[in-house]
Parts: sequence; C-alpha cells; structure tokens
Amino acid sequence: MATSAHPAAELPEAMISTLTPAGDWVIVLPLVLALMGAALLLMTRHAKNYHAGIAMVIVGAIIACDGVLLAHVLQNGPVSMTMGKWLPPFGISFTADIFGAGFALIAAMVTMLLLVYSQSERHADFGLDGYYALILLLLAGVTGSFLTGDLFNLYVWFEVMLISSFGLIVNGGKAIQLDGALKYAFLNFLATTFFLLALGLIYGLLGTLNMADIIGAAPHANSAAMVGVATLMLLAFGMKAAAFPLNAWLPASYHTPPAVVSALFAGLLTKVGIYALLRVLVLLLPDSRDTLEPVLVVIAVLTLVISPLGAIAETNLRRAMGFIVMGGIGVILAGIALPSQNGVAGSGVYIVHSMMVMTALYLVAGLVEKVTGQTDSRQMGGVYAANSVVSALFLLLVLAAAGVPPFLGFWPKLLLLQAGMDAASGTTAGMPPDYYGIAIIVALLLNAFFTLIAGTRLWAHIFWRAGVEGENSEHSLAPVEPLGRRDSRLALWPCVVLVAAIMIVGLAPNYLLDAAQRGARDLIDPARYVAAVGLAGNSP
Amino acid sequence: MEYMIAALAGLFFVFGIYFLLSRSLIRMLLGVVVLGNGVNLLIFTAGRLMRAIAPIVPDGLDQPETQIANPLPQALILTAIVIGFAMFSFLLVLAYRSYQSLDADNTDNMRVAEPRNGPQPP
Repeated sequence: MATSAHPAAELPEAMISTLTPAGDWVIVLPLVLALMGAALLLMTRHAKNYHAGIAMVIVGAIIACDGVLLAHVLQNGPVSMTMGKWLPPFGISFTADIFGAGFALIAAMVTMLLLVYSQSERHADFGLDGYYALILLLLAGVTGSFLTGDLFNLYVWFEVMLISSFGLIVNGGKAIQLDGALKYAFLNFLATTFFLLALGLIYGLLGTLNMADIIGAAPHANSAAMVGVATLMLLAFGMKAAAFPLNAWLPASYHTPPAVVSALFAGLLTKVGIYALLRVLVLLLPDSRDTLEPVLVVIAVLTLVISPLGAIAETNLRRAMGFIVMGGIGVILAGIALPSQNGVAGSGVYIVHSMMVMTALYLVAGLVEKVTGQTDSRQMGGVYAANSVVSALFLLLVLAAAGVPPFLGFWPKLLLLQAGMDAASGTTAGMPPDYYGIAIIVALLLNAFFTLIAGTRLWAHIFWRAGVEGENSEHSLAPVEPLGRRDSRLALWPCVVLVAAIMIVGLAPNYLLDAAQRGARDLIDPARYVAAVGLAGNSP
Repeated sequence: MEYMIAALAGLFFVFGIYFLLSRSLIRMLLGVVVLGNGVNLLIFTAGRLMRAIAPIVPDGLDQPETQIANPLPQALILTAIVIGFAMFSFLLVLAYRSYQSLDADNTDNMRVAEPRNGPQPP
C-alpha cells in the first residue's frame, strides 16, 4: 500500500522475488564453510587432536567449491549473488570474476599445503590454541576479499583477515613475535582505517558502495574528488601490500612468527592488498587511475628496484625473503601502472605465481632453519651435504622468483614487458608518455637481476659454503642435522608439491595465460561484470 | 551544520595523526582511537545530516510519509565502531604485553625483531 503522493507503480523493483539458483550458492559456500568451520573448531577446543583433520576436510571442501566456481566463471563469465533478497545496489553483492575465483582457488590450495606442513611443527612451543580456527578465519577473510562485490564488505573481510592474522602472529607469545606484531598491527590497522575513510568519501560522493554501481556512477562525479579518493585507496592498499615508501612493517614482522605462519602471510595477505588495489583502480576508478599514472609508475619502479637491494643487504634468511616478497608486489604494481590488457593479465598471473612461490620460499626457509637451528644466513652453511633435496628446492624457487624462463615467474614478466614495450612505442589507446613504459621495462629487468643476485648469494652461503662464516670456514663444518622422518614426510612434501606445480604450470602456461587474458579483458571493460550484477542499465 | 561537523572530523584527523607520529605506544593508541572516531564522524557526515525522523516505515505503507534520516551511514558506522573497538582492545592488550616482555614503551627501543647495529651485508 502506497500513499497517493508516491504511487508504487513508478518505483522500480527493489526486492528479489525468485529463489537463487542452487548453482549460484557456490559463491558464498567457501565463506560459509570457512566461518562455520572456524566456529566448530572453537566450540570443540577440547578435542584438539581432531582439529587438523577437521580443518583439512573443510579446506578440501572449500577447494572443491572454489574449483566449481572457477569452472562456472570460465564458462559463463562473472556470476553474482546478492544477500537478503534486496536487488543489487541495495543488498550486499558477491561477484566472482575470473581473477577473484582463480585467486580464491589458489589461496585455498596453498592453505591446504600449509596445514599439512604445520603438522611437522607440532612440538611444545608451537601454540596450538586456536591455531586452526585462526587459519580458517584468515582463509575466510582472504576468500571474501577476492569474491565480494561491495566495497564496504571488502572492508569487513579485510578486518576479518587482519584480526585473524594478529592472532596468528602472536600465537606463541615470544618477545620477538610481540615486537613484530606491534609494528604489523599498528600499520595495518591504520591502513584499513584509511580504506574506511576512502569508503566514507565514496559513499558521500556517489551514494553507493556496490562495485558494479560505482563503475556506472564514478564517471559522473566530481573528478578531482574521485582522484582524491583514489589516492587514499592507493595509500591504504599500498600500505597493506607493502609498496615502496610504506613497506617498513613487512621485513620488521614477517620473520617473527613460525615459518608456516609467515609463509601463509607472505602468500596471501600482501596479495589481497594488491588485488584490492588492482580492482579499485583498474575496474572501479579507471579515470582517476589515469590521473594517478605518474605516481603509480614511480611507486612501481622504486618498489621493483629497492626491494631486492634490501634482500641483498640482509643476512637474516626470512627477512631477506620479506624483501623478495616486496619485489613481487612491485611487479604487480607495474601491471596496474600499465593497464593494457597484457599488463593487467601479467599482474594476474604474477599474483598466482607470487602466492605459490613466496609461500614455498618461506616453507623452504623454515626447513633450512629447522636443519641448521639458525635464522641468520651467516650462521648457516653446508646444508647441501646434509640435505640436497632442500637445496635443489631453494635454488629452483630462487630462479622462479627472479623469473628465469622455464618457470612460472617468467610468463607474467614477459606479459608486463610486452605491455611496457607497447606503452613505450605508443601503440596502446591510452598513449601514456614514452618514458613510463621504458622506466617499467628497465625496472623489471633490474628487479629480476637483483633478485637473482640476492637469491643465489643466499643459496651459495647457506648450501654451498662448507661451514659457518668465519676464518676457518673452509675447514669447520656446521652442526647440521638431517631432517627426521616425520619432518621429511610432512614438511618436505608440501614444498615438493608446490615446486612441482610451479614447474609444471611454468612449462605449460597456455591455459593460465588464456584465462588471465580473459580476466583482464573483464577488468578493463567491465560490461560483463556489471551485467552479471544486474545493473547493466546504469553503465556509462 | 555539515561544514562544522566536517571541520570537527578534520580536527579529529589532525590530533589522531599527531598522536600516531609519536614514538610512545600510549600516544599511538590514543591516536588510533581518535583517528577511528574521526573516520566514523566523516561517514556520518557523508550520509548528509538533517533534522528528520527516524527511518521507520509505518505499518501498512510501502514507503515513509515524510523525509527520513539516511539509515545506511548509521549501519556502516555501527559496523565500523564494533570492528574498531575489537581492534583497539587487541592493540591495547598487545601494547601491554609487549611492554611487559620488551620492557619498552618507546618504539625506538623495541629492537628484538630488528636488532640495532645489524650485521654488515656480506
């Protein structure tokens, strides 16, 4: 019943009256499973012996859902589901496109391997209280960030991810962990506060927070104000992703928790930050991104060049890895700075690569630390003699991280170099000035070169040198313990599986590259994305 | 009215950022709270302030009879307040615990994870 002043007939439909098709539930199932699983683990905290098994079953189910979702998205284009019976601009939408669904799948797979690996660390000082529940909550936050179609919902998933990562980083409560956690917590909380600030401004300017709706509304808003909002987003997500001037928290904190937790962080958390930046700048606010292009190029170049230099200057093994992770963020930023189709596809493939390689690097670093009992590479040596498999894995991962041809890391860099060449020769439609492309090309090559120096030097010191650093290093042999049977079974094989996956995908990248190109096309031309949400009428 | 509230939010940001630039943990915590409240105030202002009635649709009607206050920013702020409160309580406990274990309130003296005078690069 409407009043006569406002006849109901003129109002558009605001409620969904049909049932959601059963197949579409697969968008929210990964989140439901992860959150319910975490709740179940917290409720059954007295039955700790079963926690690992329950967590693995749940993550396995999440992998299955993500796989079905990705197959669906690859076949039919982006899919969307809106909560609470409201139609899209009003209800909270979950919208999965190729990038989101693909990254969610890889994240769940990496988490599965980490769960297996963490079985080898179950000794007395490894705080198991709530550990599996926190990992599932973290996975929920990461998956939610990848799949959501609403900016405020993205903020909520960021906070879910953040609070569970806080729990994981202090789990164990050593002084070094508290020190790292303090810096991590303050800066990341500040970053999400800035994100919330940008959200408030977007709502004030556009009156909507639904991503597909923003795509339609942003071009009509005050462009100067939108650039300001985009700058705040760049600040917030740059801080989360550890892009150059805001990166100090990452090498200060990522080496403090147990190796498996830092592997989880390195693989998933910074990637979510950079993915959000990709989504906001390339999909939602492309006009503001064009204005910010000089800033993005400068940040990408500095991140690319300075991060691996930090790795060269560092002797603590896992801190050096932190700098290599940051170098990877620079590569992804290069794709955001050059948003041709090749550039965005390169960023997407590199996020996949980075999730797998950085996780594996930290896991192998954990193995090295376990074998040598040290965290500083100067106190390590002769590991090759004790464990040749670990040394081979480490070397392969270093080559993969640097992007040496037969590995997965080569292909995204090739795409980005192509995008840089296109920009430099001015063949793209955007026609940025020539030197941006050239600067990115030079920085990408320098990044590969420096990463190779840092990684191979670490390899030579840890594995090749006969003993620890010192005068008699030629003669003394470090007390290296070979891995026990339990360790080799539970800790080594997740690393082997990851490295094998990196090599296989690197040798046969066609499928991945094709999917990334299609995903990039959807990001640059959001017509299909907007249509999937059901707001096709409002698109510009 | 909106301009005054916006200026107040700006003032909150000024004090929040000033406190966050300090090296003392307690001041940083205060900065986090003040900054968070500034952001909440900003969202509230972004939803446009007006003297209007509560956003409740009377029985038997499909839409409200007169202008109503915008309910969405209030929902956003409620979520943000709850999250901010949880985060702040975690930070508070973390700061206290690290004060106990690291015996430092000044972040410059917290050097367990990043030792002072670290080794020279080889």
